[in-house]
Amino acid sequence: MRLLYAFIAGGLFGAGLFVSGMTDTSKVQGWLDVFGDWDPTLAFVMGGAIIPMAIAWRLVPGRKPLVGGAFPEPQEPRISRNLVLGSTLFGAGWGLAGLCPGPAIASLSYGGVWHWVFAAAMLAGMALAPLLRVRLDRLVPAE
Amino acid sequence: MEQDWIWGLVGGLLIGTGGAVYLLANGRIMGASGIIGGLVDGTARDTAAEKLVFLAAVFLLPILLYPLYGNVDTHVSTNPLVIVAAGLLVGVGTRLANGCTSGHGVCGISRFSLRGIVATVFYILAGGLTVVFFRHLLGAI
Repeated sequence: MRLLYAFIAGGLFGAGLFVSGMTDTSKVQGWLDVFGDWDPTLAFVMGGAIIPMAIAWRLVPGRKPLVGGAFPEPQEPRISRNLVLGSTLFGAGWGLAGLCPGPAIASLSYGGVWHWVFAAAMLAGMALAPLLRVRLDRLVPAE
Repeated sequence: MEQDWIWGLVGGLLIGTGGAVYLLANGRIMGASGIIGGLVDGTARDTAAEKLVFLAAVFLLPILLYPLYGNVDTHVSTNPLVIVAAGLLVGVGTRLANGCTSGHGVCGISRFSLRGIVATVFYILAGGLTVVFFRHLLGAI
């Protein structure tokens, strides 16, 4: 059942990314480009996605996931160096290409060869991240 | 197009419903970078099958929808330097930050997570500055 639910969730995610136009890099860059011909679409996608998700979070307390186990624990509200540095690096890449990890996968089938190149570079970056994390900790020990 | 925002809203509701299913059914946070990254660096282990099935569906659904739309242009850059640099930055950055637009953005903000909100502020600021710098000052993208 766990795999079936994962397929349904992934399918909704992939369909939503496609329908919303978020695999169109010009719409993402158009939203980030406040000095250009500003495109508001991304704000509607974010807003639309947060509504069902906020309802889901409200259903969590006192319940268990359908397949059993436990829900993720609430996070410690700790703002770490890696959170800020990582998000900044991610944002720079997001702005450069107009792609983030979800749309990068959703667009592979029809986006052409440059989407595959992007995905390959992204996977390489993800493989390198643990090494960079260790290096950073050695350079500037995390608090 | 003027109806783009409606499709944005519809797509957003689908994305959020996907996140709700992943949370309420499997007890997991639907974060694309965590799902992909866990498979890449081997931290997924016992959740690998579930993550692979999730990603397969993300990849497959657009194939089913594509014929309804005809030609969908993603307007992606064809500059190898831009694409490779962007891919590396997205890969390293999301794993360092432990999340991206779906994990920190959609799933984090909707539970009023301080980490999610801070991450979102930083990647939007960095993204906005990058677009303005490379587009308007350098004319490179």
